[in-house]
Amino acid sequence: MMNDPVGRPQDVTDLPPEAGGSFERSLPGVQEPDSSGMSASDLPDLSGPLTPSGNLRRRQLVSRLFEAAQTASALLAVAVLGLVIYSVTARAASVLSLSFLTHDPPLVSGESGGGIAPAILGTIVIVALATVIAMPIGVLSALYLTEFASPWTARAFRLVLDLLNGLPTIVVGLFVFGLLVVGHHQSGFAASVALAIIMLPLIARATQETLLLVPAGMREAADALGVSRWRTVRGVVLPAARGGILTATVLSVARAAGETAPLIFLSSIYGNTISLNPFSGALPNIPVYIFTSSEAAEANGFARAWGAAFVLLAFILFANIVSRTLSRRSALSR
Amino acid sequence: MSSSTRLAGALPGNARSRVRLGDRIGDGVLYGLCLGAALLALLALALIVYKVIAGASPSVSRFGLGFLTHSTWEPNFGIFGAGTFIYGTAVTSLVALVLAVPLAISIALYLSMVAPRRVSAIIGPLVEMLAAIPSVILGFWGIIVLAPFLQAHLEPFLHSVLGFLPIFGSTPTTGTGLFIAGLILTIMVVPIIASLSRDLFLSVPRELQEGGAALGATRWEVIRGVVLPSSASGVAAATCLGLGRALGEAIAVTQVVGAGNAIHASLFQTGDTLASRIADQFQGATSALHIASLFYLGLILLVIELLVNVAAQWIARHFDVRRVGS
Repeated sequence: MMNDPVGRPQDVTDLPPEAGGSFERSLPGVQEPDSSGMSASDLPDLSGPLTPSGNLRRRQLVSRLFEAAQTASALLAVAVLGLVIYSVTARAASVLSLSFLTHDPPLVSGESGGGIAPAILGTIVIVALATVIAMPIGVLSALYLTEFASPWTARAFRLVLDLLNGLPTIVVGLFVFGLLVVGHHQSGFAASVALAIIMLPLIARATQETLLLVPAGMREAADALGVSRWRTVRGVVLPAARGGILTATVLSVARAAGETAPLIFLSSIYGNTISLNPFSGALPNIPVYIFTSSEAAEANGFARAWGAAFVLLAFILFANIVSRTLSRRSALSR
Repeated sequence: MSSSTRLAGALPGNARSRVRLGDRIGDGVLYGLCLGAALLALLALALIVYKVIAGASPSVSRFGLGFLTHSTWEPNFGIFGAGTFIYGTAVTSLVALVLAVPLAISIALYLSMVAPRRVSAIIGPLVEMLAAIPSVILGFWGIIVLAPFLQAHLEPFLHSVLGFLPIFGSTPTTGTGLFIAGLILTIMVVPIIASLSRDLFLSVPRELQEGGAALGATRWEVIRGVVLPSSASGVAAATCLGLGRALGEAIAVTQVVGAGNAIHASLFQTGDTLASRIADQFQGATSALHIASLFYLGLILLVIELLVNVAAQWIARHFDVRRVGS
């Protein structure tokens, strides 16, 4: 309904050419006095079919040119997306296989073969832990904003969340480094905390938007039945918002999985014997693997980095599509 | 809550006290948890500011505000200044905005005004997916795919045609440098501004657009005379958010910017930004002062980002034409 609000341009062609002359300046409501005046001979010949001429034709041409430019911009963006996906896929093709996902990288990075299994597992552990930290805090703070806070408080906390969301991720990394790594050692846990700080505002804001969509009538119905607040939240509000919360979480997981900046000094130094305990030390992970391989400029390392990039990109795009379908379905059921 | 006590009054005494006590505890616990979670977010923000200031303080007390203008960065001699990186951050972000804003607005107009609904339902999500590509992959792609192309084709072309401008003044060398960093940032910023702007354009009241059309305006005239003016403040706020993203991006810029240590007028030369210098050197920092100076870079970045984000909020709130009008 919204895509053609102006109507087809053909409608405009039905106007006499004179109607278009001073149109642009008269839009704000100030009528431009027409100094030329009108005589009977200026009126268009109404006997034949009307075709645009002169000024109107020029204006339509301008309009079409801008539309073409806008279309081209959109196509350019899609083309860049396609080009990136194509480059990653084409360059990853030589290493991709099941064993790439299940094997360790070679001890010397210059060798060919091997896989990225530790990095995949490490990323899963780090992101899962980050989600476990961020999701309850995010959902609860969204609940605070919508169910408890006064309008002023809610606005203040929304600003806090937006500022948190706008922080450069590298600064979040510096913070966690100062908090958890200085005096100790790198750890997967530190990386999880950084990712949780990045995920928190995403989950909280999106959850809040969903909670605001829960019809007031449902809360009022629960109130009218004498249901206490916490039972209303547990039995009415949260179930109604479940789809939105899930969507937000999936999207933020996709965002966190590709986040590199904080990880390069929170979880980047690891030996060849790898435990998957996030508290005992740094965990290998896909983003840092891609980053260090790309800096090392070494052919076999590049090939594995493209493979890792493909795995990461595939997961992220898949998660995006899943969250989109989820949100569409929950929007339909509402 | 008063309604629940009233209803509980109709229940037998035993059940009544149990319901009231249990519910009172439940309500209290829920309230406490929610408030605690919200306060935790506030605490995180405050702690981040505090920790970054604390980490930077040795460098702040050593170099003072002169740090901002000095462009010497010599870890081996213990001399640090942020001038080069402030310049690099400003230039790359400016390149990104100059390219991204017109592109993003065009895309948003296409999605909201020009494209048939089915088409924009496909292209809209694709544009948003551009924002989902991790920066490390985009940077890797930048080095391997985009840089050789720029080096071989685009940069020589720009140099030969526009070489009289200082920004295109030097002969292209490796393809890495400020220019490609700006391009990569453009790719990151476009989907942010485009998707926010599209939502704004879609929310311009239909009556206004139809009024324009009824006066005989072409589609472009309606866009220029009605749609853009009534959403200008929102687009400005979206641009601020995009700028925030460009200023703070570390990884992709590190990969393509070339880690230069001097200020060059030409975009084809290497440079470095605040965020990318931190990403590049933090792991291998050689001295306590080096680390503190990197924290100082982070502090500058933090202050700029907070200002840009507050500005975005402020613009969106105070210059909202539609809200003032209604």
